[in-house]
Amino acid sequence: MAEKHKLLEVKGLTMDFGGLRAVDSVSLEVHEGEIAALIGPNGAGKTTFFNCITGIYTPTKGDILLHPKGLESRRLNGLKPNKVTEMGLARTFQNIRLFHDMTVLENVMIGRHCRTTSGILHSILRGKAVREEEQQIVETSYQLLEKVGLAEFTNEFSKNLPYGAQRRLEIARALATEPFLLLLDEPAAGMNPQETADLDHLICKISEEEQIAILLIEHDMKLVMNISNPIYVMEYGKKIAEGAPQQIKDNPKVIEAYLGEETDA
Amino acid sequence: MLKDFRQSILVSIWFVFLTFPLMVVRVNTTEQLVEWRWMNLVWVAIGSFILSYLWRYMMARQQAREKVADSGIEKQSKVQLLLEDMSFRYKAMAVLLVFALIFPLVFDTYQSTIMISALIYVVLGLGLNITVGLAGLLDLGYVAFFAVGAYAYALLNYHFGLGFWTVLPVGGILGCLFGVILGFPILRLRGDYLAIVTLGFGMIVKIVLENWDDFSFGPSGIANIDRPGLFGIDMNINGSTTYIYYIMVAMVIFTIFVTMRLRNSRIGRAWIALREDEIACVAMGIDMARTKLSAYALGAFWAGMVGVLFAAKTTFINPASFTFMESAIILSIVVLGGMGSILGVILGAFILILLPEYLRAFSEYRMLAFGAAMVLMMIFRPQGIISNIRQKYEYKGLKEETDNG
Amino acid sequence: MDYFLELFLSGLTRGSIYALIALGYTMVYGIIQLINFAHGEIYMIGAFVALIVAGVCTIYGFTGVSVLIIAGIVAVIYASAYGYTLEKIAYRPLRNAPRLSPLISAIGMSIFLQNYVLLAQTPDFLPFPHLIPEFEFMEPIADIVGSAELVIWVTTLVTMILLTLLIKKTKIGKAMRATQQDMSMARLVGINVDRIISLTFVIGSALAAIGGVLVASYIGQVNFYIGFLAGVKAFTAAVLGGIGSIPGAVLGGLVLGWTESFAAGYISSDYEDVFAFGLLVLILILRPAGILGKARKQKV
Repeated sequence: MAEKHKLLEVKGLTMDFGGLRAVDSVSLEVHEGEIAALIGPNGAGKTTFFNCITGIYTPTKGDILLHPKGLESRRLNGLKPNKVTEMGLARTFQNIRLFHDMTVLENVMIGRHCRTTSGILHSILRGKAVREEEQQIVETSYQLLEKVGLAEFTNEFSKNLPYGAQRRLEIARALATEPFLLLLDEPAAGMNPQETADLDHLICKISEEEQIAILLIEHDMKLVMNISNPIYVMEYGKKIAEGAPQQIKDNPKVIEAYLGEETDA
Repeated sequence: MLKDFRQSILVSIWFVFLTFPLMVVRVNTTEQLVEWRWMNLVWVAIGSFILSYLWRYMMARQQAREKVADSGIEKQSKVQLLLEDMSFRYKAMAVLLVFALIFPLVFDTYQSTIMISALIYVVLGLGLNITVGLAGLLDLGYVAFFAVGAYAYALLNYHFGLGFWTVLPVGGILGCLFGVILGFPILRLRGDYLAIVTLGFGMIVKIVLENWDDFSFGPSGIANIDRPGLFGIDMNINGSTTYIYYIMVAMVIFTIFVTMRLRNSRIGRAWIALREDEIACVAMGIDMARTKLSAYALGAFWAGMVGVLFAAKTTFINPASFTFMESAIILSIVVLGGMGSILGVILGAFILILLPEYLRAFSEYRMLAFGAAMVLMMIFRPQGIISNIRQKYEYKGLKEETDNG
Repeated sequence: MDYFLELFLSGLTRGSIYALIALGYTMVYGIIQLINFAHGEIYMIGAFVALIVAGVCTIYGFTGVSVLIIAGIVAVIYASAYGYTLEKIAYRPLRNAPRLSPLISAIGMSIFLQNYVLLAQTPDFLPFPHLIPEFEFMEPIADIVGSAELVIWVTTLVTMILLTLLIKKTKIGKAMRATQQDMSMARLVGINVDRIISLTFVIGSALAAIGGVLVASYIGQVNFYIGFLAGVKAFTAAVLGGIGSIPGAVLGGLVLGWTESFAAGYISSDYEDVFAFGLLVLILILRPAGILGKARKQKV
C-alpha cells in the first residue's frame, strides 16, 4: 500500500487534572482517507483526549500536530477551539450539544460561521454581497441536511428531534465547517440497531464522498469493527493496543480490558 | 377538593405568620408607640388563600404544557401565528406609524412627555435585548452606558457648547467603548459572575459621578443643558417637546431596523448560539471573545445614544437618575417582553412605563409588581409576553416540500 | 500606628459582618450554583424584625440583654422562614431551567422583598436601639475596642466554628456535602435533596439574620435598602474567598473589610465601594476561583 498523507499526529499526549492523570502519553495518527477509531471502556480518557485535540483543554504534555494537505503543518497545543475548527478539524459531542432553541437549519448555519465573513456594519446595511452570502449559507446548510437525511426536519426546533436525528444533526453541523478531519465522540450512543446501521452507512459515505478522514470514539468494540481501520485502544488513560480490527480482536490485553464488559455490553 | 382546601389554609396560615411582624406591627421608637394594623392580617390571609389556588392551577397547567412539548408537537398561539403573517405585520406597522406621527397633534404636551420617556425605555430595552436576550450575557449595570451618553452630552455641551446632533453619535460610540472596556476583563467569566461584575461596574460609574466634583459636578448634577436645535429656530417648551418626540420616534425606528437586521444576520446567529451553548459555539468555529465583545458594544451603543437624548430632554441630569433600579427596570422590560424578541421588548417597555404612569394610584406598588412579575414570568412564561418570531429561510428544497405537504 | 490599628479593627468588624452574610451565599451557591440575590434582603428582614421586636419589648417594659436575646431569636426564626419560603417559591420551580432563569428570578425576589418592606413599614431610616451593653471589663480599652465590636467578633467566630462542625461532623453536613458534589447521585443514595437545599437556605438565612441584628445595633439604624449593598458586598466576599468554600467566605469577608477600611482611611472614604468592586474584578481576572477555591474544570 502506498504511503498515505498523514493528517493528524499526536505524540505523547498527557493530561493531568490536579493529581489525576486522565490521559497518559498517548500517541496516535490519522491518515488521509482513514476511518480511525479510539475505543476503550468507560472512563478510559477518550473524551479527554478529544478535548485536548480540539482545544477545549490545553494538554499538560505532548504534541498535537496537524498536517493539512498542501498547507503548512501546525501545532495545535493551546490553540482556542474556534481556531482548531477553522484549521479544518471539526467534532461532535458525546452528550449532544445542539443549540436547542434554534431550528435544525440554523444549527447547521452556525457551522458556516467560520467560513463566511459578513461583519457588523455589512450585516446592518445588508448589501448584495451579504445577501448572496446569506443565501449561500442557507443553501449549503440545506444540502448538508439532505445528505444526513434530515431535510424533512429543516424548520423544526432541534430540541424536538428524535435522539438519533440529533446525533446526525451534530454531524451535519460539524460538516458545515468544511473539515478535512472529523472527530465523532460516541456517535452511536443511545441508538437502536437500525439507527446504528444507518449511521455506519453515513460515516462511510462521508469518508468516501467527501474525502474527509474520520476519528471516532466508541465505547462498544463490536460496532467499530466493520468500518474502522486502524483501531486504537485506551484503558486507564493509557494506550494499550493499536492495529487492524483482527489484530485488536486477538490482542489479549484488549480482551482483558473488555472482560466483564463484553458480557453485558 | 378537601385536600386543596386544607393546603390553601395551611399556606394562608404560613403567610400570616410570615408577614405578621412586618405587616401588622409598626413601632414608633421616638414616641414609644406601637401601632397594630390587624386589618392587614386579614388581607394577607385572604390573599394568600386565593393565590395558593391560583399557584396550583398555574403549576398544573405548566406541567401539562411541558408534557405536550415533550411529545414534539408545539402549538403556537393564535397571536403568535398572526404576528408571523407578513401582510398583517405590514398593516399593523403602518397603523402604528400613523398613530405615532399624529400623536402629538392629538394629545397635549404632557402626554408627549410621557410618551418620550416610554420610547427612551424602548430603545434601552432593545439595546439590552442584544446583550441579555440574544447573547445571553446578563448585564446588571446597563444604566451606566445610559449615564455615559447623558454625561457626554451634558459635559460637552457645558464646556464646549457642542450641539445635540454632534454629540448624538459621540454618545453612541462612547457607549460602545465603555461596553468594550467592561467586556474585556470579564470575557472569561461565566454567566453569574458576569452579573455581579456588571452590577459592580454600574455602581462604580455612579459613585464616580457622585464624588468626582471637578469632572461631573457631583450629586448636584448639571443643569441648563441645551435642547436639540433645529436650524437655529427658537422653540417654546411645547414645540421643543414635540420636536424631541419626533426625534425619539425616528430613533426607535432606527433602533428596530438595526437590531432586526443584526438579529437575522450571521452575527445575530452567533450571539444566539453563544447563549445556547458556549462550548458547542466555540467548537463550531465562532470566536467567543469577538462575539461577546460585539454583543456588549452593540448593546451599549443604544444606551449611550439615547442617553444623549435623555440629557437634552430633561435639560438637567444628576447621578440619581442612574441607579441600579433603572438597570433593573430595563432588565424587567426585556424579561417580561420576551428575551430576544424585538416586538416583545417594545411591548414590555410600553406596559412597564405607561401602566404605572396612567394608573397613578398603583404607582407606589410599581417596583413590587416588577419584582413579582420577574419571578412569575421566569416560572410560568420564560419566553416572555411575545416569544421570538422566527426568521424564515428560502432554499431550493422548500418549494417541493410545500407542494407535497 | 494607632490609626493603623483603628483601621485594622474597624476592618475586622466590617469583615466579620460580611463573612456572616457571605456564608449564606457560599452555601447556596455551593449546592445549587445560584447567586441568591435576595440573600441581602433576608439580612435586611432579619434586622427589621429585630428592630420591631426590640421596639415592642422596650415599650412593654423589658430592658437590657433580654431584649437583645429575644429580638435576636425572633429575627433568626423569621429570616429562616423567609429563606425557606423564598427557595420554595422562586427557585424550586426553576431547578431544571436554563441558568439565567433562576438568577433573574432571584433579582426579581430581591426587588420584591425590598419594596415589600418599604410599603409595609417605611422608606425612612429607623433608629435601632443600642442593644449590646457596655461590658465593665472592657472599660480599660474602651476607646480602642467597643463592646459591640467585641460581640460581633465573638459571635462571628462562634458561628463559624459551629457551622464548620455541623458540616464536617454531622449526618446533615455529610448529606449537604454529598448534594454539593453531585445532586443526582446524592438522590440515588437516598438523600432527600429538596430537604437539604431547604435546610441550606434556612441555615444561610439564620446567619444573615445574626449579621443583620449585630450590624443594626452597631450602626444604630436600618431601612429597607441596607440589604442590597450589604448583599452585593457579601457576595463579593464569597467570590473573593472562593465561592462554595466556608473558610473562603470568612477570609474573603475579612480581606474585603480590611480593603475597604484601609482604602477609606488612607485614600478616600468616598470611593470605598469602588475599591471593593475593583478588588472583585481584579480577583476574578487573576484568580477566578477565588483565594481558597479550587479551579473546577467544566465537564464537556
